[in-house]
Amino acid sequence: MTALTLAIHDATTMIGRELKHTQRFPLLLVGTIMVPVVMLLLFDYILGGPIGHGLGNAARGAPYVDFLVPGILLMTVAASCGPTAINVNTDMTGGIIDRIRAMAVSRGALLAGHVGGSVVRTLAATIVVTGVAVLVGFRATASVLDWFAVVGILAALSFALAWLSAALGLVAKSVAGANGSTLPIQFLLPFLSSTFVPADSMPADVRWFAAHQPFTPVVESLRALLTGAPVGSTAYLALAWCAAIAVTSAITISAACSRNRRVTRRVTVATRPSMPSP
Amino acid sequence: MNRPIKNATRTAVSVTGLRKAYGEKIVLDDVDLSIGEGEVFGLLGPNGAGKTTMVRILSTLIPPDAGTASVFGHDLHSEPGAVRSLIGVTGQFSAVDNLLTGEENLFLIGRLLHLAPTERRARAAQLLERFDLVESAQRTPATYSGGMKRRLDIAMTLMGRPRLIFLDEPTTGLDPRSRRTMWQIIRDLAADGVSILLTTQYLEEADELADRIAVLDRGRIVAEGTPEELKRRIPGAHLVLRFADAASLDAAARSLREGSRDDTDLVLRVPSDRGIRSLRDVLARLGDGIAVEDLSIHTPDLDDVFFALTGTPSKEQNQ
Ligand SMILES: Nc1ncnc2c1ncn2[C@@H]1O[C@H](COP(=O)(O)OP(=O)(O)O)[C@@H](O)[C@H]1O
Ligand SMILES: [Mg+2]
Repeated sequence: MTALTLAIHDATTMIGRELKHTQRFPLLLVGTIMVPVVMLLLFDYILGGPIGHGLGNAARGAPYVDFLVPGILLMTVAASCGPTAINVNTDMTGGIIDRIRAMAVSRGALLAGHVGGSVVRTLAATIVVTGVAVLVGFRATASVLDWFAVVGILAALSFALAWLSAALGLVAKSVAGANGSTLPIQFLLPFLSSTFVPADSMPADVRWFAAHQPFTPVVESLRALLTGAPVGSTAYLALAWCAAIAVTSAITISAACSRNRRVTRRVTVATRPSMPSP
Repeated sequence: MNRPIKNATRTAVSVTGLRKAYGEKIVLDDVDLSIGEGEVFGLLGPNGAGKTTMVRILSTLIPPDAGTASVFGHDLHSEPGAVRSLIGVTGQFSAVDNLLTGEENLFLIGRLLHLAPTERRARAAQLLERFDLVESAQRTPATYSGGMKRRLDIAMTLMGRPRLIFLDEPTTGLDPRSRRTMWQIIRDLAADGVSILLTTQYLEEADELADRIAVLDRGRIVAEGTPEELKRRIPGAHLVLRFADAASLDAAARSLREGSRDDTDLVLRVPSDRGIRSLRDVLARLGDGIAVEDLSIHTPDLDDVFFALTGTPSKEQNQ
């Protein structure tokens, strides 16, 4: 076998492991679905009236839920950052990463497993969330081709955020810290983009931030694709952001690995202390 | 343990001038060592001495700052892949996947080693049997005891039939019974001809298992030799007799004519290198006339080694 087929074999093994983890411990996946579903219901039923009213032209006459759901899909992808960072950190503090690094296994197979597993999990979550969206009245006017583009953008974002979360999971000192460091991605960035309301309606400095952060082009291309509006170059901007995030994260990870941070930080309790304390 | 010294025709590990520092802190300072093929080498040192750092360098996880190291002739720096395919590492903390069953953990390693499916299953079954894990093979390690987790960890290490195994404090944290089991496992591995680098904080353990011992003190090797050579340099086991008054102490010292006395604590220390026989001897010589208030047997531990070798007691060197 060539080095490439071996690497693919190893990565597939590790993706299989990730999916088995999800099956054994589905709580993380359930969380990834619950967060966007709660947001959907909250914004549609409780805040949807006044927001929809205020939207005016932005919704182009469609109900608020049609404006909201593309943003909810983005939140679904963002919500899986937590589980991914947690899983990577668990492997690091639990010594699994060291175990595999000391084996003749393709470098990067383990993280490829985490990233691949995360993308599969996330896409599964977006299917469920789309189902709930349809139940509460969401109607897309997208063609089959548009749907393919939607899936492509979601997969690209998921891939990029999975690398970013893997980096955050490697850097964090504990599982709780790993999860905490993804919270800005999960909640802050969506709110500071046109996920729930158009960025035009925000104060000037927030508007500036929203216009220059990755989630805005992502959500706007999703929205355009799902509502049949012209997409323009936003989709390319979205994909460029995804590529930039993935590449930067992967480079950071390999740099961090060659700096060889100390990774085992667990403490153990010796049952037989052999030395008197001084 | 009396295993015949093997004629070490090849070297499993060869290390010269190894150094590692974290910032200002020097963790390994000019370490040289060599482990023969089939040898059990004990690296003995207190917490913070640099044992884990040594293992992490030798298992290609971190690079040294200076010095060279090779495993079966393969340089760690230039041929890490070759090194990795020859070694097995069982770290200080069990590195098992807690969401997979015991058997799935072994399968995972087998897949990563690219074993054919039939061989993977056969090897896993054989190791589960060998490490007494057949009953718990279908359960996740969350339900395992510390000793069982350690055994699964070692089984995972053995999936690839390594020729050199690193065991970093394999018995720390285990109850006495699991410790005995682990000792037997290590002896069996040695009997199979596998070379082993074992780190430990317990002199007794190194003595029990190792063909050769190096004592590591704040990153430096302060002594090296067979357990016998090492023990010759430290005070052996002795009996500690305590008396109720000075008169009894005097009488005992007169009739025993050996050992060292401590008049303030009313204690007499008598060498006892022949175990029970020395004890019976001493008691016979004391007779019925002299009342011993308290008697204990002191076997040398890491502290004695350090006191004898460095003049300072061992202490945690974590700071
Ligand atoms: N990544 C690191 N950064 C800073 N100090 C470290 C690092 N790794 C180990 N040390 C220090 O090096 C010393 C030796 O550690 P270690 O090799 O774990 O000792 P042992 O395994 O013998 O207990 C300790 O003082 C420890 O704090
Ligand atoms: Mg250690």
